[in-house]
Amino acid sequence: MAKCGAVASINQTGAGIRLPNFCNLGVMLRSLLLVNALLAAAAVIRAPSANTIWLEFLVLAAFGEPVLIASLMALCAARRFLNAIGYVGAIALLAVFELGVTSLLFEGSSSFMPVPGNMTYGQVVFVTFFVTAITLGYFDLRARALSPAVAEARIQALQARIRPHFLYNSINAVLSLIRTEPRRAERALEDLADLFRVLMAENRTLAPIAGEVELARQYLALESLRLGDRLRVTWDTATMPADAMVPPLILQPLVENAVYHGIEPMEAGGEIVIVVAREAERVRMELTNPLPGATKRTAGNRMAINNIRERLQLHYDAEASMSSEVRDGRYRVTIRVPYLTAGA
Amino acid sequence: MLVEKDVARILIADDESPARARLRDLLDECRESFPLAIVDEARNGREALEVLNREDVDIVLLDIRMPEIDGMEAARHIAGMADPPSIIFTTAFDSYAIKAFEVNAIDYLLKPIRVERLLAALNKTRAAPKPSRDALDAAANQPRRHLSVHERGKIILVPLADVLYLRAELKYVTVRTVDREFLVEESLTRLEEEFSDAFVRVHRNCLVARSAISGFERNAEDSDSGWAVVVRGTGEKLPVSRRQHHVVKQFR
Repeated sequence: MAKCGAVASINQTGAGIRLPNFCNLGVMLRSLLLVNALLAAAAVIRAPSANTIWLEFLVLAAFGEPVLIASLMALCAARRFLNAIGYVGAIALLAVFELGVTSLLFEGSSSFMPVPGNMTYGQVVFVTFFVTAITLGYFDLRARALSPAVAEARIQALQARIRPHFLYNSINAVLSLIRTEPRRAERALEDLADLFRVLMAENRTLAPIAGEVELARQYLALESLRLGDRLRVTWDTATMPADAMVPPLILQPLVENAVYHGIEPMEAGGEIVIVVAREAERVRMELTNPLPGATKRTAGNRMAINNIRERLQLHYDAEASMSSEVRDGRYRVTIRVPYLTAGA
Repeated sequence: MLVEKDVARILIADDESPARARLRDLLDECRESFPLAIVDEARNGREALEVLNREDVDIVLLDIRMPEIDGMEAARHIAGMADPPSIIFTTAFDSYAIKAFEVNAIDYLLKPIRVERLLAALNKTRAAPKPSRDALDAAANQPRRHLSVHERGKIILVPLADVLYLRAELKYVTVRTVDREFLVEESLTRLEEEFSDAFVRVHRNCLVARSAISGFERNAEDSDSGWAVVVRGTGEKLPVSRRQHHVVKQFR
């Protein structure tokens, strides 16, 4: 069952939920903040007057803090064991543990600390469980929101969005060739088929960058079919490490953007420059295109850029970077990713 | 109006050469049942308008997405002609335009175009009324880049960037550039709506280009607010009305 994560599908729901890693500083901090916020809210409600809120909070915290810290320590220490017995079992164990700590505190409290404002044992246990449930519920929701399954579903939805504009215009261009230049029409349809094969594939794993470059070339061949000499492309792949593995469809959407925003609106067309180069342990992909004066960066462009940024983050976390700038009337986008090979 | 046996004079406007070639092929196939002649081809809206100034055209096959002046803007200029040709829009995919056309009952053809659809659209130009300027304005989602002046059957384009101010006079609007003045038959209110980014109203009858404001002058004559806009380039002074006095504060 451990392999389940690798084939996680979109309809995965509760199966993959686990306790968060309570040894993680961020998780601890979130727990502390959330529990204390709940205690503060309780203090506000319970305090008979405004100036006793602080006192009420101290009393609640004096009781709540030990339970919280003991729970966090136990959750961190017993992390592996708790994960092994599953989510429900882990929660049950946590409840028993907290019941123990709470009872101990409640028994001992009369001697060395005040019971929070004459609460009964039942009330104290209820508050403990209630706060625990809210905290765990929060982490559950957070995990769902950030789960790779959700991110992946979004990626696939975005990937499917090659511009329909391109598809129909390409088909139109091929139609115009069939009567006069059947050979070129065949070639164009082959390129189109290759392109859509990649677009429709489940692009989960990394692919060699040489294939990405080839795909972008096929795409540009189709575009030059309809744009003619308005589209000029310069490739610089002299130092490209052909075996570098990159997320699929990282280059083509950028090239498509460059054509749509940089070339099509220009009467005389323009030049797209694409550089793929090795920089020590990194691979740099850089693309520049002319920027027509009156163009607004449209939602479509931002979506493509955000999509690529999100995928880079998912594949490399902080080790990849993406930046764009406008200089001398040209738009430049640069991506740097770690140089990984299939074997590594 | 065309008589049945007349030959329809057609202009093809599309920035992509294969798309134009395809339309030529299709029009050839239509020729038997719909006598036609291809007058010329244009690669953008500006070229299309130039052809119209030169040639007698009955039908324009107009691509929407073209560089410089797109099909939408070209159509709005064409609609201002005294005897405008029929327009058949063509587009590969433009969800906004398609929705706008549906709403405003403007006919269009989706690429790749089928010969049957093209023939039907050609036949329709004989019977159906041409889309009105209002419908085209409503369907457009961005302001024009030019104003069109119609003089003796010719379309003269005035780039909006050259316009200093627009002033309503009786049924016309005077368009002032550094070099000269033009008259256009449009409403100042509509112009204000369309170009609200670039122009600001300073008086009931006057819109000034924001970029043409070089300063404000106090104690101006015939100005009920006492203020006047000084126009860049010409030094002309336009009165600011009391109602639009806030404009002065906004720019100072």
